[in-house]
Amino acid sequence: MAHHSDTPAVPGVSVIPAAASIRVIFLLGLLALLLVAPFFLYPIFLMKLLCFALFAAAFNLLLGYTGLLSFGHASFFGGAAYFTAHAVKVWGWTPEAGILLGVAGAAGLGLVMGAIAIRRQGIYFAMITLALSQMFFFFCLQAGFTHGEDGIQSVPRGQLFGMINLSNTINMYFFVLGVFLIGLFIIWRFVNSPFGMILRAIRENEQRAISLGYSVSRYKLGAFVMSAALTGLAGGVKALVFQFATLTDVTWQMSGEVILMTLLGGIGTLIGPVVGAGLVVTLQNYLATSNFPVTIITGVVFMVCVLVFRRGLVGEFYASRLGRRLGLTSER
Amino acid sequence: MVALPQTQDQPRVVLSARGLGKDFGGFTAVNDVNIDVHHARIHALIGPNGAGKTTVFNLLTKFLQPTRGQITLLDTDITRMKPDYVARMGLVRSFQISAVFPHLTVLENVRVALQRPNRLSTQFWLPLSSLDRLNERADRLIRDLGLAEFRDLRATDLSYGRKRVLEIATTLALDPKVLLLDEPMAGMGQEDVRMVANIIRDVARDRAVLMVEHNLSVVADICDHVTVLQRGEIIAEGDYASVSRDPRVRTAYMGTEE
Repeated sequence: MAHHSDTPAVPGVSVIPAAASIRVIFLLGLLALLLVAPFFLYPIFLMKLLCFALFAAAFNLLLGYTGLLSFGHASFFGGAAYFTAHAVKVWGWTPEAGILLGVAGAAGLGLVMGAIAIRRQGIYFAMITLALSQMFFFFCLQAGFTHGEDGIQSVPRGQLFGMINLSNTINMYFFVLGVFLIGLFIIWRFVNSPFGMILRAIRENEQRAISLGYSVSRYKLGAFVMSAALTGLAGGVKALVFQFATLTDVTWQMSGEVILMTLLGGIGTLIGPVVGAGLVVTLQNYLATSNFPVTIITGVVFMVCVLVFRRGLVGEFYASRLGRRLGLTSER
Repeated sequence: MVALPQTQDQPRVVLSARGLGKDFGGFTAVNDVNIDVHHARIHALIGPNGAGKTTVFNLLTKFLQPTRGQITLLDTDITRMKPDYVARMGLVRSFQISAVFPHLTVLENVRVALQRPNRLSTQFWLPLSSLDRLNERADRLIRDLGLAEFRDLRATDLSYGRKRVLEIATTLALDPKVLLLDEPMAGMGQEDVRMVANIIRDVARDRAVLMVEHNLSVVADICDHVTVLQRGEIIAEGDYASVSRDPRVRTAYMGTEE
């Protein structure tokens, strides 16, 4: 989805003439599916899926399009959940204002963490983000407003814009779907913008970008903050869906999970992380009731993916013959 | 070397280094290098492998911090500045290994250079089509350097020589005051060498050019001034004819001179 060049990615593979309209039909079909899904599947499960899909897509903005591996994104996800839950429950804010506070809080955290971590590269960058997110975890464990191990419970969903009652599950579902679509649109626009073009240039040849006068750390920081803000959007909405903000969402395991989702689906593609999140959340959901430990299954799935589908599920599809004939070129 | 007092008819110095030195641990890679790069002149930096030419380049463009010495660009002391900052001041370099953005098209490569000076690099809310207003300038550069028919190809699909030409086009898009070219002809066929030499001569009409080059016939052909480096120090300086007669230079090259 990312960026389609009009020339075939590989010479000799002709693009199907109607490829563009096939892609549009596919997207519309997907949207229709999401619109009717809550009448057939458990809506809370679908909302959880959408929240994690947005989380993974926001994470991929950094990993796939900027080339930075953050190991601390749980801070933004769980942190925003706390901010939103506290604002809505204790201060009595409306849901949209609470979510905006979550987004702003996550962006602020991202600015601080990013400014510290961005000067290092590769594994050092990942380790610094991990260390900072562990510090934030201990802050959340100790701070009063988070209620430590208990979390913030029974958060009211409230009235959206003072009109729509979100305690109605179907209303809530369409609100979450709307937020998800807006979030994906923002990511798509961000990637395909003048700023996104500079990010691509930096990822392709950082030294050359510097020699053209770009302060690459500022661009990376911009992407980091945007990724944190959108992660916060997902986290804030999740707190309203489950009416609960918990310590689980700020643990390092959560940071690891989103990496897993993104790699599984395919980094550097818009839809990949969504598919990866769907797969992981579905597996967790259906295996949660069985006696078999779910972590072993996801571990095996991950290993198979790394060994067989190096580009992730969506990435492999884009690189396949059919994908190329549909004019789908993966970014990497 | 002592800087000569400037007179009116001497071309003005745009980039100069005094007592430049760089140590890596205990190893002195560059020592006491004095260099003056003049406007509208092509200045060559030559020397055997390992003489420290690329290190001098990295020092001048601030990709490395010098251990000693001072660098001045257009009367501003840039010794402690960051590389992207000096690039914005008009000191733009190329790299020994061709530096293009491989998966961007030729047009996009040139536009990336144009985006920053035209304040179109931070807008994350605008569509990509907003960059189309840079097309006219980009296309002119692409045409001038003979890349018009490759405009929509990805850089990675170009021949080696054309990648280097694209790199020069991208660099020129910034309209730099000083152009530093690190081995622009390396690995090129005769045909491409001639084409690039002509391009360099052309662009040096109204800017300073400093280039590292191994191809001595090119140096003899287009360069106004030559500085010879050996083991991190300058051993000779002057026009090509006088430098090539210098016995120390002949020994340094040990028969590789033509």
